Amino acid sequence: MSLKDTTLARLREKIVEVSPSAAKALHSSGAVLIDIRTPEETAMGIPAGAALLNRDRLELHIEDHAPDLEATVLLLCNSGVRSLLAADNLLNVGYRDVRSVAGGFLRWKSEQLPIDVPVSMGTNERQRYARHLLLPEIGLDGQNTLLRSRVLIVGAGGLGSPVALYLAAAGVGTLTLVDHDVVDRSNLQRQVLYADSNTGTPKTEAARARLNALNPDVRVNAVGKKLISANVEDLFAGHDVIVDGSDNFPTRYLINDACVRLGLPNIYGSVFRFEGQASVFWPAQPGAPTPCYRCLYPQPPPPELAPSCGEAGVLGVLPGVIGLLQATETLKLLLGLGDLLTSRLLHYDALQARFTTHRIRPDPSCRYCAGHGEFPGYMDYEEFCG
Amino acid sequence: MTTVTLRIPAALREFADGLPELDLQAASVGAVLELLSQRFPLLGQRIVDHNGAIRTYVNLFVGETNIRDAGGLATALADGDVITIIPAVAGGRS
Repeated sequence: MSLKDTTLARLREKIVEVSPSAAKALHSSGAVLIDIRTPEETAMGIPAGAALLNRDRLELHIEDHAPDLEATVLLLCNSGVRSLLAADNLLNVGYRDVRSVAGGFLRWKSEQLPIDVPVSMGTNERQRYARHLLLPEIGLDGQNTLLRSRVLIVGAGGLGSPVALYLAAAGVGTLTLVDHDVVDRSNLQRQVLYADSNTGTPKTEAARARLNALNPDVRVNAVGKKLISANVEDLFAGHDVIVDGSDNFPTRYLINDACVRLGLPNIYGSVFRFEGQASVFWPAQPGAPTPCYRCLYPQPPPPELAPSCGEAGVLGVLPGVIGLLQATETLKLLLGLGDLLTSRLLHYDALQARFTTHRIRPDPSCRYCAGHGEFPGYMDYEEFCG
Repeated sequence: MTTVTLRIPAALREFADGLPELDLQAASVGAVLELLSQRFPLLGQRIVDHNGAIRTYVNLFVGETNIRDAGGLATALADGDVITIIPAVAGGRS
């Protein structure tokens, strides 16, 4: 008898084997079913509802799927051999009830038990997004969600730069950039999308080239127009999330009002000198309405009291900090992960190295999001510092 | 006596001799603003309007709580409370 046969015979005395139909019944009653095959194998299909966890990473990540060592864990490979070896490994790390699905996926399929077919992903994409695929909270399904997602960013400047770069890197499939400006040398201190050679080039065009150089899979829509009430709804239509990286109050209120009207989440960020703010405004959040920008700031300041954008200055790295918070909230929202920065205003004071969050509530008298009759229409505020 | 700390945002610090925060003795938010307006009238004008109401583009928080969700200007303060002024700021793109 070969070493392999001896080993398998010994394992079969030790490991409980269950038929695919018995595994399905156990899974339905709460057992953890894990497909340990390689991505190439699982691309053709997996047992319905099974978790994917390649055997190479089994011991390292099993806790994510079965935090309780007393849980019944069912392992499935292609034919039922690797799952025996893997089951032995899990018994060695402390699990007490680990079973191998006899005959593996081949038998599962031949018994015509239900199968899920994961959306496929090519080798290049698997390499590019490998660190996302390793996260059980994202994995293949989450990455495919990102690839199908559409995010619109208003303002391709200090905030929009890190947002666009990181969302493109993360594989958000469609990014629409709205900005009517051209790159100025004074932008380069913080607007990391651009190079010195881009000076004088329309921002959205330079940004598209930079983002596609980073990730050619991302479709970048470059909209070199000013966002106004006449185009806001057409531009926002078809997007999942709007990111506010604008620099003036009229645009911020326009973004808010359109997001409220269209039911879209508004990922807000703003910076001034050494301080920044971030929040997620989403009155239409399913099941849990949250405030809009107007609930926090019902009206903009009059021009004579608004800080002058041109003269105020900003620490170059600050929009990077706030923009990355916006990018993080965007990814969380698209993936359905964690607790969003809704109903909270985050304030960052760089000089004091202090983050604080403050609770904000929907304003029951808000004309835009509190549901009092018809949409009031878009306001044309006086420009402050556009 | 109730001693509280008022944090002044960067956007308004020029009206408070550049101070990032002030320690004040006051038992309500309204009393804080009165003291503030006496010492720094231009700062006071940027927080409250001619009628003494908080301006619509400024928020005051006691700890995490917006005073609009508490007692407004009558919100009572406890020793050690931190009041944060957060005005609307527009910056980002340019």
